[in-house]
Order: sequence, then structure tokens, then C-alpha cells
Amino acid sequence: MMGMRLQNIWQKYKTNLLTYGTVTVAFLVLQILSSQDMLSRSTQGYLVPICAYIVMAVSLNLVVGVSGELSLGHAGFMGVGAFVGVVISGSLKGAVDSDALRLVLSMVGGGLMAGVAGVIIGVPVLRLRGDYLAIVTLAFGEILKNIIGNIYIGKDATGLHFAMSAGGVSLEEGGTMLLKGPMGATGIEKLSSFTAGFLLILFTLFVVLNLINSKEGRAIKAIRDNRIAAECVGIHVTAFKLKAFVVASVLAGMAGALFAQNYSAITADKFDFTNSINILVFVVLGGMGNILGSVISATVLYLLPELLRGLQDLRMILYAVVLIVVMLCTWSPQVKGKMQVVRLWLGKQKNKIFRKGAADHA
Amino acid sequence: MDFLQYTINGISIGAVYAIIALGYTMVYGIAKMLNFAHGDVIMVGAYISFSVTSYLHMSPYLSILVAMVGCVVLGVVIEALAYRPLRGAPSLAVLITAIGASYFLQNAAQLIWGSDPKNFTSIVIFSPIKLFDGQVTITGEVLVTVITCIVIMIALVLFTEKTKIGKSMRAVSEDRDAAQLMGIHVNRTISVTFAIGSALAAIAGILLCSTVPTLQPTTGSMPGIRAFTAAVFGGIGSIPGAMLGGLVLGLVETFTKGYISTQFSDAVVFLVLIVVLLVKPAGLLGKNIQEKV
Amino acid sequence: MREEYSRKMVEVTTTNLLREQDTDKQPVLDVRNLGIDFGGLTAVDGFTMSIGPTEISGLIGPNGAGKTTIFNLLTSVYQPTRGSILLNGIDTKGMTTAKVNRLGIARTFQNIRLFSEMTALDNVKVGMHNSIKCSFLSSLLRLPPYYKAERGANERAMELLDFMGLTDVANVKAGALPYGVQRRLEIVRALATNPSIVLLDEPAAGMNPSETAELMHQIRRIRDTFQIAIFLIEHDMNLVMNVCEAIMVVNYGRVIAKGTPEQIKQNPAVIEAYLGRKDG
Repeated sequence: MMGMRLQNIWQKYKTNLLTYGTVTVAFLVLQILSSQDMLSRSTQGYLVPICAYIVMAVSLNLVVGVSGELSLGHAGFMGVGAFVGVVISGSLKGAVDSDALRLVLSMVGGGLMAGVAGVIIGVPVLRLRGDYLAIVTLAFGEILKNIIGNIYIGKDATGLHFAMSAGGVSLEEGGTMLLKGPMGATGIEKLSSFTAGFLLILFTLFVVLNLINSKEGRAIKAIRDNRIAAECVGIHVTAFKLKAFVVASVLAGMAGALFAQNYSAITADKFDFTNSINILVFVVLGGMGNILGSVISATVLYLLPELLRGLQDLRMILYAVVLIVVMLCTWSPQVKGKMQVVRLWLGKQKNKIFRKGAADHA
Repeated sequence: MDFLQYTINGISIGAVYAIIALGYTMVYGIAKMLNFAHGDVIMVGAYISFSVTSYLHMSPYLSILVAMVGCVVLGVVIEALAYRPLRGAPSLAVLITAIGASYFLQNAAQLIWGSDPKNFTSIVIFSPIKLFDGQVTITGEVLVTVITCIVIMIALVLFTEKTKIGKSMRAVSEDRDAAQLMGIHVNRTISVTFAIGSALAAIAGILLCSTVPTLQPTTGSMPGIRAFTAAVFGGIGSIPGAMLGGLVLGLVETFTKGYISTQFSDAVVFLVLIVVLLVKPAGLLGKNIQEKV
Repeated sequence: MREEYSRKMVEVTTTNLLREQDTDKQPVLDVRNLGIDFGGLTAVDGFTMSIGPTEISGLIGPNGAGKTTIFNLLTSVYQPTRGSILLNGIDTKGMTTAKVNRLGIARTFQNIRLFSEMTALDNVKVGMHNSIKCSFLSSLLRLPPYYKAERGANERAMELLDFMGLTDVANVKAGALPYGVQRRLEIVRALATNPSIVLLDEPAAGMNPSETAELMHQIRRIRDTFQIAIFLIEHDMNLVMNVCEAIMVVNYGRVIAKGTPEQIKQNPAVIEAYLGRKDG
């Protein structure tokens, strides 16, 4: 009786436990390796960005996989979070002593501002459908990048100063510029750490998995599966699409704050359309709506070009070929059929060898 | 006079966007896919033309022809290898494949031609026309671009309205299954569409680089996105829509740069797009199809 | 053709055929002169009816007569060009589909529209969405109200599934279920929204005779158990004549006859609409 109960619970939470478990084990292993000095410097450097991109992929999966809306501007929210985060932690310097607390505050602030951007964008945009929604999110992502890239913020004894042109900020002596328009943010303190990244991933998984398995999550999936039927059972379509979109934006903003504070300088260009597309690739290759899949594919695909670095110029071409081949192998009936033939042939060869071996024995 | 000059420049860049947008819109109309690699085909076209004139020292006119042939082959091959096997697959899978193709083209170009910008020599040899005592200049590039754009537009409309293959293109875009049942060779029709789109991309690439003479592997991506925006703006799937969208986008861009701010031109262009789509969700000339319940 | 039908309409009984217990009560649906044009085409015109709170009524007519369009109008999937719809006495003009559902109208679809990637149980729970009381925050943070609400929702959903004999398939993906089961699941999902009237769009389509017989029994049981009205479109005349207490016949978007099953069977306009005119 007890055993069956446990089995039921295991069935119900299998995927979630597997997701949390995989992430935690990976973190512990990497921590131990790192403490034994078994990780190269370059590998160490990848840890925080990988965490940030895992959060980006999981949150985008909430929009694309679970809610079923193609968004091509996710990096824009990351950018908002990154720059708001840098400004917050920069301006709290001296006021708040604890680095960890500053990082948390900057992530919360970055997440909230990205969430505000998500609401402003989501309210008009989520009424559109399909490819139109995609192009408009793309447009908004570019607008966010364009605006961020033209903001100047300085800090001095009198407080924060803000302008939209280079000469607009005049600071008292001893003041520093936090954002310099197209030059981006420079002199960022490195507050992010692998542990912080891991905790943010856990937080993201907690929020996203709980959301998916709740009444809101069911409504969101229902809208994805059949919008008209969802309306006919009393679900306010735009409201729930917006919930998914805004939650994803907040998480992306937090990831941005984490990401930015891993580097000493960062520019708005980093958060352009290409970056959004890369995150989308993580989501699609990891499997739509598959959260653990997003975690794994973000890790593997972030590392892949880095691992191929030895091949120099060929590496991005290989990356492109991998993308196309994976898509063809997953979705093309012809290619799948051919793979089946190869598999059968291999099986036959194996059987032949075995049979031959058996015959030899006899 | 500034106004007139901006208008002329806007029409010129808008005409380039329009030619690129035609490629997007035709492919979308028929294969129902966003061909992200289209912008990069433009770049390849420009590189081919550049190579023919700079390395082989042949006539610029010949280079246009070679570029067109090269791009047609490229477009058709990409379609056959990467997109055709995915017919019937979810649109996101096709989108990712197109993104893969785009990365491939950009990086292959970098491998072949290097990442340092090339200085593209304009293929246009007319001298600029000066009006109002030199206050307004119409460069040869502007003239050629606008005329080319008009010719292409007329040719395409005639092609889709009058020829057999043009009619089958319209049939496939209306209802692929029904067209197939009526004996239309769907795959061939889609190939032809890619061929036309790619030939236009080659022309657009050469015109673009004649106006803005730096050529590098990423040259195609931003104009590609702008043109894609233009196609959506005009109503994706509609040929006159792509023309209109391209021109409006070009004008908005130059006026913003002239009167508002150079830095924020991207933001303004995209904002106009968003406003238009919110008012007319299917674009300026698009048809709004309601889902049948 | 058209004028003839409208002329014949005058001869037809226009009184509502309310069940005895419904006569003094406010009708659940009161529709007056409803009409919709698509471009220049009039799809529905002058559609008038009222349905009592516990009535089972049917809507029949040849293909393309505008039956599903009427359902779409009643559920605000389309907004009418003319006329009014009172749902439990409230004018639904300009309301969204979701709002109208919350006011008490639920439906199924001719071409089944289940949430195919979700389990049967989850489909029903989506239907119960508005009656699950639990804030977004307690869902996200898994606070006690979440568990309480989920437990309650599960029990209720299982009860409803059991009511239509679907307990066994509760954890099967809706898209993987056989056709007849899918149709019944759609009915359960509609019931889960706590409606005062359910619209069934061809509930027996694709069912075999024994499934249809079972369905007839279930339709009556739904009315008796939940004390709600049922309005159905159906081509299976055996089902319509046996289950419905009142029947409306439409053709070319207009009501051409209205009455009890017996009256309808003998109505010349109906016979003509279905079989064509002898001298035509």
C-alpha cells in the first residue's frame, strides 16, 4: 500500500524531481572539481554565462513551448535586466556593504524593470498571432536594445544623473559614469558567482515548474492547444498569455543582471536579435515545453562553439550544420526513414557477426 | 529642400528594401515559412559581383548576371537540401533550419572572403543629377534603384497574373493541397519561387552595396530584418504590400534620421511597424483571415 | 425560394414549448431577431427563440443552414449584426466568449476542440478554471491554499468524469482518445464550467448506434442531475426526435418551423427543406 503510494508520487513528480536533481548534481560535481583546481580557467569563465543562459532558455520555453507564442526579442529583456542591475549595484556601492545582498538587489531590480517592460510590450502585442507576434517581439527587442544603447547614467555625491545624450550628464568631482550610451557599462564590479547562478537556476525552475503545474499553467497550455475552446470555457486568453510573458521577462531580467556582473564591461549590442535567436535555438533543440531539455541544450549549445574553438573559422559553420542536421533528423520523414535503414543494416551486420561467432564456437 | 532630399533618399533605400521584401513575401506566401537566410543570400550576391569585377576584372554588367545565377543556384539548393525535407514539420523547426542556413552562409562567406570589409565599387556610372542649384542631388544609384524596383514590380505582377507557372504559384499559396490535387507540381513551384526570390536578392545586394559601399559577411542581416519587417508591414504574402512596406519603411527611416535622431532610427522604424500592426493586424494590404469554428 | 420560406414561417407555431415546470420561470436564453451578415452574405436572419431553464431542445436543418453560426453567435464567437441575446436576463451584446461562458453558457464543437496535449483530467480541470479559488502567488509559491484548491478540483473533476463513464481514461492524453470518448469528454469539460445551458454541436457525429443510444440516455441524465438546459444540433433524427422536447428547424439562416417532435415530423416546410419540393 505504502509502496504504491510512493510510486504514485514518483510518477507524478518524476520529471520535476529529475530536473531539480540533474541541476543540483551538476552543480555539486562542478563545485568539487573547481575546489580541486581541476577546471581550467576558461571553463571557470563559462560557468556564470551558462547559468544565465539556462535561465534564459527555461524562461523563453515558458513563452514559446508552454504558451506557444513565438518570441524573437527575449534578449531585450535580458539587456534591460543587465543594465538596470549594473546601475543598481553601482549606485548601492558604499551604501550596502554585502556584495551578495547587492547582487540580489540588482537581480530583483533588474527583474522587476524587465517585467515592467514585459507588461508594456505584452499588453498590445499579445493580441497578435503567430508570425506577426514574432516580428513585433523582434521589433521590441531591437527597440529596447536601441534605447539602452543611448542612455547615459552617472553617479556622484548628489545622486544619480540621467540623460539621453553624451553631453547630458555633468558630474561633480569624484563622480563616475555607470552607463555610457553605445560604449555601454564599464568598470562593472564582478559580483556574480557560480553559486549565485545555481541559486537563480533553482529559483527559475521553482517558479516555472510551479507555474506549469497550476491552474494558471493549465490555462496557458489550454490556450496553446486550442484558443477558441479555451475562450469557450471562460479563460481570458490575453490575460494568461500576458502572465506567462511577464514571468518570463522578469526571469530574463534577473538572468541579465547576473550575466552583466560577470564581466567588467558590457554593451547593449550583446542583447540583440542574434542573441534572442540563439536562445530560441536552445529552446527548440531542447524540446518545446521540456524544461530539463532546455537546461541541457542551453549548456551543450553554449559550450559547443567554445569546444570547437580549436577548429577556428570552421566552428560556426559546423555549429550551423549541426543545427540543420538535428532539425532534419528530428522532423524530416525522409531523413528519419534513411536513418532507420542504416540502423537496420547495422543491426543485421551485428547479427551476422554474432551468428558467425556462434558458429565458430560450435 | 531638405525634405525633398530626404524623400528621394528614402525612396531609394525603400526601393532596395522592397526588392528584398519581395523575396520574403513570395516565399512566405507559398512555402509559409520565414526564410531567415534570405538576407544572407543578398550578401552572397554582392560578394559574387564584387569578386567578378575586382578579381576577374570583368564588366560590372556581367557580374550582375553571374551574381543572379549564383544566387538562384544557392537559393534552390538551400531549399532542396534544408527546407524541402521539412515540409509538413512544425514551423519552428523550419525556422531554426533557416537560421542554421543563415549562420552557414555568413560563416562560409567569412571563410571565403575574410571578415574585413571590402570596398564595393558602385556598378552605376551615371553622374548625379543636381536640381535647384545643387540643393537636391539625385545620384545615379538612386535613379537605377528606383527604376529597377518599378520594373521588377511590374514584371512580377505580370508574371503571377499571366503565366502558367505564376498562376500555379498563386494556387499553391492559396491552398497547397488543393493545388496538388489539381495536378500542380508543388515542389517545382516552390523551387521556382525560391529561384525568383534569390535572383531578386542578388540584384538587391548589388544595389545596396552600390549605395552603401562596405561589404562584409554581416552586410545582409540588418537590411534583411528591415525588409522582413517591411514585408510584414505591407501584409506578408502580398506583392504590392511588400513594395508599399519597403517604401514606407525607407521613408520613415530617412525622415527619422533627418528630423528626429540618428541613434533612434531603429527604434522609430520598429515603433511605426508595431503601431501599424496593432491597427491593422494583417499589415497594410494583408487579408485578415478568421479562424473557422 | 427564400420568400416562400419566409411566407411559410407565418403558418408555423411561434409559441415556445416550455416544459410544464418551466412555464413561470425566466428563460435561460431569450433570443430576439438575431442576424449576422458576412460581407454581403446573410448567414442568419430573424432568429428568435427562448429556452426554458431545464429544457432539452434541438436545432436541425440541412447542411449549411446556419446552425453552427447560431451557436457561434450565442457564445459570442461571432458578434451579431442585428438582434439581441439575453442569457439569464443579461444582454450579452459586445461581451467576449470567456465572459459569456462565465455568465452560464458552455458548448462543445462540431470538429472536436479538446486540449489534445493535456490529459482528460486536465481538460476537465481547465473547464473548472474559474471555480478554482487560489491566487497566482499561492500557486507560484505552493502555499497551503494551492494544495486545498487542487485537491478539491481533482475530486470534482473525477466526479464529473465518472458521471460520463470516463474514469478510466482520466490520465490519458485527450488527443489519444477514441472519437466517441473525445465527444463525451468535451461534454464533461463544458459541464465543468458550471453552466446554466450547454450547447452540443453534433454530439453523436461519428458515434456507432450503441454509443448514440448511450449518449441519449446521458443527455437526459445531465439535465436531470444538473437541472440545466440543453440545446443541441444533430443530424441523427432518431436522437433528436427521442431526446428533444422542442425542435427548431432552420434553413437559409431562418427558422422555418418550430414545435414538438410530432409537429415537426408532419410539418410540410420541414419535409420540403429536407426532401425538396415535389413540383420544384
